[in-house]
Amino acid sequence: MNKKVLFIEDEAVMQKAVSEFLGVNGYHVVSALDGELGVRAAQVEKPDLILLDIILPKKNGFEVLKELKSGPETKSIPVIVLTNLSEMGDIGKILELGVTTYLVKSDQSLKDILAIVERTLGNGAA
Amino acid sequence: MNKFLKDAASQLDMTSQCKKYGVPLRQCPQFLFFIMGDAIIVAMLATYFIGIRFNSDPEVVALIVICLTMVLLALLFIIIRSFEQLAETSRMKTEFVSIVSHQIRSPLTNLKWIVEILMSGILGKTEDKQTEYFKILKENLERMQKLVSELLTVSRIEASKFVLKKEEFSMENLAHDLISEFEPIAKSSNIKIEMVAAPGLPKVYSDPFQVLQVLENLLYNAIRYMGFAESGKDRGKVEVNLRAKDGYVFCEVVDNGIGIPKDDQKYIFQKFFRAENVRRYQTGGSGLGLYISKSIIERSGGKMGFTSCEGKGTTFWFKLPVATKQNLKPGN
Repeated sequence: MNKKVLFIEDEAVMQKAVSEFLGVNGYHVVSALDGELGVRAAQVEKPDLILLDIILPKKNGFEVLKELKSGPETKSIPVIVLTNLSEMGDIGKILELGVTTYLVKSDQSLKDILAIVERTLGNGAA
Repeated sequence: MNKFLKDAASQLDMTSQCKKYGVPLRQCPQFLFFIMGDAIIVAMLATYFIGIRFNSDPEVVALIVICLTMVLLALLFIIIRSFEQLAETSRMKTEFVSIVSHQIRSPLTNLKWIVEILMSGILGKTEDKQTEYFKILKENLERMQKLVSELLTVSRIEASKFVLKKEEFSMENLAHDLISEFEPIAKSSNIKIEMVAAPGLPKVYSDPFQVLQVLENLLYNAIRYMGFAESGKDRGKVEVNLRAKDGYVFCEVVDNGIGIPKDDQKYIFQKFFRAENVRRYQTGGSGLGLYISKSIIERSGGKMGFTSCEGKGTTFWFKLPVATKQNLKPGN
């Protein structure tokens, strides 16, 4: 069975690009367009990995992270933060919340993201 | 009245005002007002005491001194207010650049990822001509992204929000790895890169990621501005020299390229400055790389400089402090 990745991101174009690319490489990508939907999707879908943006409507990425890390069903799911915030203060705050990896979107190609997803999940998509 | 008092109190809080404008204390308008105001009062008191020694009517002297003090303080207030407005404009400009750059990053990332999908062939095979145009799109997107990143770094430097993650690292290893990455570009441009490191170089204390950007920028410039040569002929050599002296590790990047015209040399570390011969030779480039590099080196406690002769070549150098027990202490 394909591994499930939840992508919490409010930019529809980014959602489309990442879903397409990870989908072709054997991942099942579930999308959430705001923080509230993201937390709910994480509880219901129980993904193997979460890709999380920080600037999100309804609940921002920091709030989402806090909820995910305090929920018994979601606290062990690895989270990769994918954002365009690159201030040192933001990075420190994110890492304190138990994030596996922090990536600045504009520095990454889709191939880079795929490689990091594969590395985090161990042995690829299946 | 309450609001007025609050405003007055916040104006007097020099630390928060300096932070707001992102300037050091000595450049803070409120601090300057405080210092110059004190100086005027002291000078006027001295004038009064000197005045009464030569004039039998101290009341007249006092009146003149008070009037002069008031005029000088009023003038000072107007000058400092103008300073404050300039500082505020500069802060707003920095903030504007930061916000716009952040906002531009998202659509640029969208475009980059879409081009990557189109080029990857997952949506179907692309014709050679299409691939050629996708490559042009990709290169131009990368240029725009680089410019946006540089603008963000500049706005952080100006707002005093540029923080280095300092640690101990080997400058020799860093240079060696980077030169290996540059080899293919250098080879394709018929340029040799050589590294000479003095034996037993100590480790330095700075932010390795940022120092890498500095050296990358210097190497990139050295290759880029090497000058023309007939096809297939050697265009020249870039040397990276490392040595230690007086508690610093010195790094030199020596090229025999087009050099920097004498008249342009004093502006070379200024933002957006590009030398006249470089503009003629290469149209790309933002003129921000050397400004950012110098800021990184100076924030590391080092120095950066260059020597150049137009038509013969340039040597850019920087020095970084050697890692010691003192600077490796937690909290530094």
